Amino acid sequence: MTPLLSVQGISKRYGTQIGCTDVSFDLYPGEVMGIVGESGSGKSTLLNCMAGHLSPDGGQVIFDTRTDGPRDTLTMSEPERRMLGRTDWAFVHQHARDGLRMGVSAGGNVGERLMAVGERHYGDIRDKATDWLGRVEIDASRVDDRPTTFSGGMQQRLQIARNLVTGPRLVFMDEPTGGLDVSVQARLLDLLRGLVRDMGLSAIIVTHDLAVVRLLADRLMVMKSGRVVEAGLTDQVLDDPQHAYSQLLVSSVLQV
Amino acid sequence: MIDLRNVSKTFTLHNQGSAVIEVINDVSFAVAPGECVSLTGASGAGKSTLMRMIYGNYLTQAGEIRIGDVDLVQAAPREVIALRREVLGYVSQFLRVVPRVPTLDVVAEPLRAVGGTEQDAQARAKVLLTQLNIPQRLWSLSPTTFSGGEQQRVNIARGFAHPYPAMLLDEPTASLDAANREVVLSLIEDAKARGAAIIGIFHDEAARARVCDSEIDVSRFTPGVAA
Repeated sequence: MTPLLSVQGISKRYGTQIGCTDVSFDLYPGEVMGIVGESGSGKSTLLNCMAGHLSPDGGQVIFDTRTDGPRDTLTMSEPERRMLGRTDWAFVHQHARDGLRMGVSAGGNVGERLMAVGERHYGDIRDKATDWLGRVEIDASRVDDRPTTFSGGMQQRLQIARNLVTGPRLVFMDEPTGGLDVSVQARLLDLLRGLVRDMGLSAIIVTHDLAVVRLLADRLMVMKSGRVVEAGLTDQVLDDPQHAYSQLLVSSVLQV
Repeated sequence: MIDLRNVSKTFTLHNQGSAVIEVINDVSFAVAPGECVSLTGASGAGKSTLMRMIYGNYLTQAGEIRIGDVDLVQAAPREVIALRREVLGYVSQFLRVVPRVPTLDVVAEPLRAVGGTEQDAQARAKVLLTQLNIPQRLWSLSPTTFSGGEQQRVNIARGFAHPYPAMLLDEPTASLDAANREVVLSLIEDAKARGAAIIGIFHDEAARARVCDSEIDVSRFTPGVAA
């Protein structure tokens, strides 16, 4: 089986500082990969390098495209990469404002991605947008309101709806559940698991929250100082961590 | 079906003076289809550790753990994921689920994961929940608010939803009343009859005598305890 995404030797430096160094892994269709580590460990840098938001100093990010098979997205032309970003890829930003158009209505935010892949019927777009707002528990009466009138948690849910509406094959998520209250977080975890199962969605999720990765991710990478110090099955890394830092991380979690 | 050869495990606690604890040393045994083997030994002997190693939950330092054709010790994460989805079932002592998901969906999930339709999966889930005496009015609720015994039964229903060829059972009859214990034991007998290889931990001696074909005393393999 061809991996959906094959990351090879990604490195990124900020001057003399290491962002991340020599990260390699394969992600297969339907797999969810979690990336955990202390802040400053290079998780977001790595995610942004893979998604094409930062250009890494070295390495390859090979994505199995629908039309041409495996291609290195770092050497793709900008229009091709943008097309990928609108169709097969989705990126959920840590701060919802980075991933939304704040001056456009909630329905418009969701509809924009649909139009980008060719939807033209206003009624269909509106129905789909309303359906997705419901799935992330935003009341249908808010469909014409701008995200500026939404709370932080609602903005985050809107961003997720906007990203998933077109049925992407790979979703990059940077702390997707960070600003959410726990009940919505649970609902969202269930939604994501359903999408993974029914649509074969793959995801890479950067998070601090070990409980979230346990429920959502099949595999886990632990990063420290820009390097991957441990990788494996999520439950194995969490229940039997091998590296000193992973052990510290797991043992530092407060019990509820 | 399940085949262990010279399996060993140590824990290294890097943050506690790099203490190295040997827990399992040189275990070998095999479980054939239709056979049930019980792991015995005093508390702390390493029964659960060994079971978690066979599930791939704990990393094995040396040896081979074969489930069918796959060596769990060497397998890539995605092979283990596929193995757990299709071949290897595990009923742990505690239920771990996404909050707010209805009990019926929790039980149906393993069948959905192997490609069953929602209808079939839910039909099977209903049969199991009825068998295990979970009242129908609870099916649409999340099991997180259930009593300990109810959670345990939901967990068992979930574990038996898909007919796994290999199963690991960690104290499946603990915290159950007589009637439900009987149901669980008959589920285990049915699984054996259809050819599942089972490894179990039973503190309930009568249950062990009834369903298990042989016993393995884990303390024999625990360095420092035996001798």
